[in-house]
Amino acid sequence: MSDTVKNTLLFACMALLILGTGFVQSWNSALFILNMGLISAIMALGVNLQWGFAGLFNVGVMGFVALGGLAVVLTSMPPVGEAWAAGGLRVLGGLVIGAATIVGAVFLNKRLSGRARLIGLPLFLIVGFFVYRFVFDPAVEAIEAVNPAGTGYLGGLGLPVLLAWPMGGLLAAGAAWLIGKTALGLRSDYLAIATLGIAEIIIAVLKNEDWLGRGVKNVNGLPRPVPYEIDLQKSESFIKSAEGFGLDPVTASTLFVKLGYSVLFTIVLVVIFVMAQAALKSPWGRMMRAIRDNEVAAEAMGKNVTRRHLQIFVLGSAVCGIAGAMLTTLDGQLTPGTYQPLRFTFLIWVMVIVGGSGNNLGAVLGGFLIWWLWVEVEPLGHWAMEFVTSGMAEDSALRNHLIDSAAHMRLLTMGVILLLVLRFSPRGLIPER
Amino acid sequence: MDFLNGFVALSNFVLIPAIAYGSQLALGALGVTLIYGILRFSNFAHGDTMAFGSMIAVLVTWWFQGMGLSLGPLPTALLALPFAILGTIALLLITDRTVYRFYRAQKAKPVILVIVSMGVMFIMNGLVRFIIGPNDQKFLDGERFIISVREFKQMTGLREGLAIKTTQGLTVVVAVICVIALFWFLNRTRTGKSMRAYSDNEDLALLSGINPERVVMYTWMIVGALTAIAGTLYGLDKTFKPFVYFMLLLPIFASAIVGGLGSPLGAIAGGFIVAFSEVTITYAWKKVLTYWMPESLEPDGLVQLLSTDYKFAVSFVILIVVLLFKPTGIFKGKSV
Repeated sequence: MSDTVKNTLLFACMALLILGTGFVQSWNSALFILNMGLISAIMALGVNLQWGFAGLFNVGVMGFVALGGLAVVLTSMPPVGEAWAAGGLRVLGGLVIGAATIVGAVFLNKRLSGRARLIGLPLFLIVGFFVYRFVFDPAVEAIEAVNPAGTGYLGGLGLPVLLAWPMGGLLAAGAAWLIGKTALGLRSDYLAIATLGIAEIIIAVLKNEDWLGRGVKNVNGLPRPVPYEIDLQKSESFIKSAEGFGLDPVTASTLFVKLGYSVLFTIVLVVIFVMAQAALKSPWGRMMRAIRDNEVAAEAMGKNVTRRHLQIFVLGSAVCGIAGAMLTTLDGQLTPGTYQPLRFTFLIWVMVIVGGSGNNLGAVLGGFLIWWLWVEVEPLGHWAMEFVTSGMAEDSALRNHLIDSAAHMRLLTMGVILLLVLRFSPRGLIPER
Repeated sequence: MDFLNGFVALSNFVLIPAIAYGSQLALGALGVTLIYGILRFSNFAHGDTMAFGSMIAVLVTWWFQGMGLSLGPLPTALLALPFAILGTIALLLITDRTVYRFYRAQKAKPVILVIVSMGVMFIMNGLVRFIIGPNDQKFLDGERFIISVREFKQMTGLREGLAIKTTQGLTVVVAVICVIALFWFLNRTRTGKSMRAYSDNEDLALLSGINPERVVMYTWMIVGALTAIAGTLYGLDKTFKPFVYFMLLLPIFASAIVGGLGSPLGAIAGGFIVAFSEVTITYAWKKVLTYWMPESLEPDGLVQLLSTDYKFAVSFVILIVVLLFKPTGIFKGKSV
């Protein structure tokens, strides 16, 4: 069986799974799985760029995804004029001072040496920190005091929400550049721990800096690139065409909106996939894989390993940022409290490993398949538990506990799948060619 | 008097909590560092192993409490600790037999083992949630305080009070016992010496007839004991919540790396460095400074350098600084 036939079969099976969900459960949940699957596939492509192409072990995916989400708020929400007047410029000034302190410290670190560095550098940092806090704190207080129940933050730029997707990529890329500059020289597992920490810090910033994205108060009602269900249900022509399909207007409108998202997401996925595929086949892609397989040899051939690593780290993170922006757009709200590393970092890793690291098609397939499982394991687990416990008494404590715990089956299942794939098919479903 | 009052406030809010937290981190970091030294990978499942161990402690404690067993002023969880240790050791040995051994035989790259430990992390996390659920669980009983604020004030007549929780005292005592036992084992016993030899130079150790599987087995057993103890102590002192243990991964790794991966002494030092930095940087110093500064210089604000939610940032910054300036850590660990 040739590769093409096998891959087509695999994707056909995936399509059957989603269609099956549509027939058995509902088309609403099938479209939900499809949309999230598309986003997951993009995230998996981003991680695959870093791990599959270059062997970079990034477990900070969650951070970049969350930055993408922040970009949606910063781009598409209307600016809060009163808050800007209260302390907008001062906040920016504070941030500039903070950044200048760090840049200055890096500069001093290079220039000074010996005792001067030992005393001068900490002193500089401490003074810089206090100046920064002196400028920054009152401004934040002023901004957060402006109508705290409704806004209490600076707002965004008020641009169309579709622009937020590339903005999410840019924001994530910028953060990745900063992180890569400091952490990429490290050994693989140090890099992993460093990125794990970065992701937690980004989430902490999102949760606590209310002036930026309202923190845990969440930003609701983000603009949408597709029409609202309510408007559709009012439109005469829509109701007519819905009747043509034999659907009532409410169901038809939710399906229509979800389909709209699917189309948009598919376009992004296809564009990113084609670009990743072209990159993989180009001389640049071959160089990346050469570096991954033997850094020393590649360096001896005159390749600048650190710079190439930085490059692909930024690119992969940007892709994750775009996916994060799409996710937040789909949700219609930014909720920093919901970002969890198991769901947004490690699950993406399972997707890449199961799909086949180093192969873009594999990453896409893994994204869909693992997301489908992630959603469907819960009802399946529930059903399995009902079956297992059917012999027990109706009020048995064990039975109730087992049925209540079925919701936690997903983590267990993901772990088992990851270990099985690593053991018996370490190159994934669609191996690298 | 003002100086004393300030010092008491400092001890109450910074020194004592940091010592207890540092002991817990040190025990956790010892486990990470041992696995790194012997098995040569960073174990991402460590936090969830801690959660598993303390989960057994919680369940057994409940069982004992149901039977009316107790240790009087001490928490019943101490009685449950041996069970937790045995359970964790069993789990780790089963995991090693079914999962890690295969990759050892293959001589897989460390990064593959890290990914494998990610899978183990998922499974352990799932198991814990499956058995006990994702919520907070209470299992602390016995006396709450060794010295309470009121008693201390009556004893000394100072304005500031000092409270030492039973769990804090217990943490330090148990941690000291564990560390002494561990170092005795590593330095004095045959098995301990063979473990150190294996960690220093694998090939040489194999040549001199050390059985690697035995070394690995003993490592997992020690790690199991350490993680179960660290997890239970943390659960007693703070709270038992499965997700919290996962979040401990970062400070624990920071401690192990700051001290130098593979160096047990470094892990202990690292644990205290991380704990003290975290607590001092996120503590609001206003109270202490009002005692220590002349009246004219008294601060208006809270004098809190960073809000407590940024405590991860502290361990992270320490981690980055050490990795950039002294990648092998303070005690010259490995960098394989």
